[in-house]
Amino acid sequence: MLKTYSYPEFPFVRSAEQASGQIARHPVVVIGAGPIGLTAALDMAYRGVPVVLVDDNNTVSIGSRAVCYAKRPLEIWDRLGCAAPMVARGISWKVGKVFFRDELAYQFDLLPEADHKQPAMINLQQYYLEETLVARCVAHPLVTLQWKHKVVDLQQDDDHVRLTIETPDGIFQTEADWVIACDGASSDTRRMVGATFTGQVFQDRFLIADVVMKADFPTERWFWFDPPFHRGQSVLLHRQSDNLWRIDFQLGWDADPEVEKSPERVIARIKAMLGDTVEFELEWVSIYQFACRRIDKLRHGRVLFGGDAAHQVSPFGARGANTGVQDVDNLAWKLALVLAGDAPPALLDTYHTERAAAADDNIAHSTRSTDFITPKSPASRIYRDAVLELAREHAFARPLVNSGRLSTPTPYAGSPLNTPDRDAFDGGIAPGTNAADAPVKIDGRGGWLLEALAGGFTVLMFGAPPDGAVIAVGSVDARVVAVGRDLEDTKGLVARRYAAAPGTTYLLRPDQHVAARWRAFEPEAIRRALARALGFGPGREDA
Amino acid sequence: MTALITTPNIPDPDEFYQELIASQRDLSDEEAAKMNAKLVLILANHIGDRALIRAAIQTAGGKVATAQKT
Repeated sequence: MLKTYSYPEFPFVRSAEQASGQIARHPVVVIGAGPIGLTAALDMAYRGVPVVLVDDNNTVSIGSRAVCYAKRPLEIWDRLGCAAPMVARGISWKVGKVFFRDELAYQFDLLPEADHKQPAMINLQQYYLEETLVARCVAHPLVTLQWKHKVVDLQQDDDHVRLTIETPDGIFQTEADWVIACDGASSDTRRMVGATFTGQVFQDRFLIADVVMKADFPTERWFWFDPPFHRGQSVLLHRQSDNLWRIDFQLGWDADPEVEKSPERVIARIKAMLGDTVEFELEWVSIYQFACRRIDKLRHGRVLFGGDAAHQVSPFGARGANTGVQDVDNLAWKLALVLAGDAPPALLDTYHTERAAAADDNIAHSTRSTDFITPKSPASRIYRDAVLELAREHAFARPLVNSGRLSTPTPYAGSPLNTPDRDAFDGGIAPGTNAADAPVKIDGRGGWLLEALAGGFTVLMFGAPPDGAVIAVGSVDARVVAVGRDLEDTKGLVARRYAAAPGTTYLLRPDQHVAARWRAFEPEAIRRALARALGFGPGREDA
Repeated sequence: MTALITTPNIPDPDEFYQELIASQRDLSDEEAAKMNAKLVLILANHIGDRALIRAAIQTAGGKVATAQKT
């Protein structure tokens, strides 16, 4: 039982299909109601698709898990109507301090770029985040959230998936056109489809301790390399909401988890770290080890994997939940279009192409952080220590210090859905990259560009498009939003961030990534780019 | 890209070499290893050109993955 939080218990409700024994066919079943599964259900519902979300448990995430959420996931949650309560409850920090042994190596101020609706990141306990998402799912008429529903078998047919589900009332069967599996790093669904999950397991252990501080303590991120109170290892301290602080102690591979977990031992460690004068209460202790692994294919027939079920990263740089939310952002619009018959099923293969590349990029980032924090050889430890010593006096060494990099979106640079630039652009947002936000005015009211770009495909044009211009492929049309006509670029930042001149035109996907851009509004070129972004070619290369 | 200079480029080779050796005379093996690491980092930063640094790593007998981006 935590002192700052009590876990909700959600009711098991027997579904009509289990009661009647009549097998129902759902367009989409999502497995796993963690942050990614909840987001997947909300995004499918946002796209107008009724969705059933099943989870084998009946509460939110237990204990101290994901902490840091970056700007892009917050933008996605904002589109889904969830970001405001998260940001209101979350904590933002700007000052980070890096200590080496008994000295401050250097400190930095994040100085995030101004004029974005969402902050660069927030720290928030995972249970609060999930509570917000659960409340939104419960309120959404298209989401059916079913607790205490455990998927025990999955069979794929040509045109559907058959699921066997166990509940407190027994076992029943249901069917889905598509399944989104977000059932975590030890995904049962992954085993059921026979997917492999391979990578590197790191021989190290970490102790997580959450403490409630009894007095003010600066809202800063502190990272120690080889501190006197924990020789040879690293320690991270950062804040969550409710004056709760998360401390990560690196323990090394030889540590005995059971011994290390004992409260006396943990409290002694924290006292050595904070000094005797700081009063705190221990809230949570757990031990974890980590791995960097990826599933072979994010799409297995009619089963699509997202979040930790698809890829696992080290905790440094807060990449797990952040990248999982972007999986969903990428998948939901594609699946909705395929379900509607507006795009070929092969569009779903680009979910793998784009998000597997992002997963590999995240794994590379997190492996680099791990290599810096835990040098794997005496020679690499010498380089690590040399960097930390140089960082004290020399600015050049500070960017080499890697205690985890803030998660930023991986551009889909080589995606077959992109139309490569034909016209000259110096800067701006390249095809495959997520759209930058900026303050705008719509109908005289202050707002944000990303709000104006939410929904389906959008053509963002700087200047006046021809009257009655319609860009459509089949029944999919791209809404034209003209800067100067439909919205006012109040600070000139839209033009600057998009490297725009009069006539500049961007085609944006429903996940707010640039599909193509030109220096003039050319309906036929835009239409071809739209067809390509829908998966109708040309030159598609699916992995 | 400037090519890595592998022909003599130091005007006073004997003095340079002596200075380098002398700079570590009072250091333990461990201290010397760390000083060498710092020296590599300082010089690499000064050069800045990633392709040039990569060529130097290779010339020194280090392993470099192929198909690196600059």
